[in-house]
Amino acid sequence: MGLKQKTADLKKRMREAVKGGGSKAIEKQKAIGKKTARERILSILDPKSFHENDLFVEHAGRDFDMDKKYLPGDGVVTGTGTINGHPVCIYAQDFTVAGGSLGWAHAKKIIKIMDHALKMKVPIIGINDSGGARIQEGVNALAGYGEIFYRNTLSSGVIPQISVILGPCAGGAVYSPALTDFVFVVDKVSKMFITGPEVIKTVLGEEISMEELGGARVHSEITGNSHFFALSEEECFGQIKELFSYIPWNNEKKAENFPKKPPRARQFNIDEIMPADPRQPYDVRDVIRSITDDSEFFEIQELFAANIVIGFARIAGQTAGFIANQPLVMAGVLDVDSSDKAARFIRYCDAFNIPLVTLVDLPGYLPGIDQEHAGVIRHGAKVLYAYSEATVPKITVIMRKAYGGGYIAMCSHHLRADFVCAWPTAEIAVMGPEGAANIIFRNEIKNAENPDEMRKQKIKEYKSKFANPYVAAAYGYIDAVIEPKETRSFLVHSLDVSSLKVDRMPKKKHGIPPF
Amino acid sequence: MEETKEVQQNTKKLSFKSLLIENIKYRTLLTKKYVEKKPYVRQDIKKVTAFIPGTIKKIYVKKGKRVKEGEKMLILEAMKMKNDILSPINGTIKEVNVKEGARVTKNEILIEFR
Repeated sequence: MGLKQKTADLKKRMREAVKGGGSKAIEKQKAIGKKTARERILSILDPKSFHENDLFVEHAGRDFDMDKKYLPGDGVVTGTGTINGHPVCIYAQDFTVAGGSLGWAHAKKIIKIMDHALKMKVPIIGINDSGGARIQEGVNALAGYGEIFYRNTLSSGVIPQISVILGPCAGGAVYSPALTDFVFVVDKVSKMFITGPEVIKTVLGEEISMEELGGARVHSEITGNSHFFALSEEECFGQIKELFSYIPWNNEKKAENFPKKPPRARQFNIDEIMPADPRQPYDVRDVIRSITDDSEFFEIQELFAANIVIGFARIAGQTAGFIANQPLVMAGVLDVDSSDKAARFIRYCDAFNIPLVTLVDLPGYLPGIDQEHAGVIRHGAKVLYAYSEATVPKITVIMRKAYGGGYIAMCSHHLRADFVCAWPTAEIAVMGPEGAANIIFRNEIKNAENPDEMRKQKIKEYKSKFANPYVAAAYGYIDAVIEPKETRSFLVHSLDVSSLKVDRMPKKKHGIPPF
Repeated sequence: MEETKEVQQNTKKLSFKSLLIENIKYRTLLTKKYVEKKPYVRQDIKKVTAFIPGTIKKIYVKKGKRVKEGEKMLILEAMKMKNDILSPINGTIKEVNVKEGARVTKNEILIEFR
């Protein structure tokens, strides 16, 4: 055979392999608004950048007549490519081939590209669309999952790991996404659970649909397992590309710098956003947009624990991670969910050299039996741990209320914030004036002729004495009191002068965070 | 400026509630989770409930019987495990609410004491 024939043979083999599960299976996939594995990869990567690996890998099943079956690529497409011109590794499970089920060869392809990503120090993107373990391969399928989880853990905090759930992801399979940095879901397409509706019905007699149990909305609003929610695959791919504009390629790099842009001040006027009355709400995201380049803010976990806002934005071209109490929702309290959400994000930013900007306006922690019983102590402690442990530049702006434990938790100087400023509207105190006055002046109020009148008077006294930033400023717990409109320049300056920051935790194997 | 107004108007349309924290009433939105949370129910030692959903395999006691603390009252099968349900107290049974073979949900009251 000459080169021509051999080339023709290669092309024929390739044509066979890229057919995946065949036209019928592909039609089925498309009918429910899903793209094929290769289409998905091509939609995320830069045009013409994708190079596929292991196209000719054959599956390893030998029992139950599996050896007679041909499964193209063993149900997963892997390879390398670029996003915004930078290299990434990627894999996509192909539901059209044996339901995207994970056998040993399938797992080995994923493991190989994960190892490659870690060695090359580039991000890895995993697109999940699989019925789960390939039962016919028995314990080898489990071994495959285990090897993937182990690599997820090794890579954690070294290279960015992104999971995209574009189909079912059930049973053991869910733990790989859970171990990665960011999970993307699409409405009505993504389904994640440990035990599905069938099992729940037979074992427990409880009926629930897949969507209600582990649909995209459930994971975005209730469980917090996902970080980005989209209505279509296209929207999801757009979100992935945007995320990659904010993060560095590995833990030894910084995020790419972009040209500086001023905020759109006419639309987001910082002086007009916040009501002076600390009991009145506003959307803290408007404050963020009034500070950031081009008033852009890339929010993470928008629908989960909305009482705290987290996300990326750029300040003078540089990526910063924002953590802000949201007075619009639940008055901006810290609770179990919002603590988890904030703490994990702080640790992400710290691992990937992204400075932290904290905007503070919270009344404290949410009271409630459910909160206490859900372990708000250990969940709340995560925020303290994450801030204390973080060695990236930490900048805090106290806008309004900073009461009690909430004041300490929201990156105070005591947890080693590098710069803390407060607006003149700040109230930094051990608790809200109403509560404090009731305790300090208990006897005066009780013994007064008119207790209500006395209480009002004492609250007023306490307010004028403590509900301001100047007591904390007098102790040096805040570095400066600034006008709101000076906030951006304060942040630009603080980031500039902390660009050489080197800080280390005491040498240890690792800490024991209150997981 | 117009856009700022738009933002404010959007904020006005939302249905704010008040949330009391340390004697201060805050005007704010509540999360679905907070609104739908179940009220706390104090445990009643005189009511024996299913700690897991399952099937009643066997019942050893009936109405009016006196039982000792630790005495086997019924078998609740769940997740392929047969669980002996023991009496938490010395007492007399007021009512057995289930029959053998019955499927029970979590926290369903199985037996009540007088």
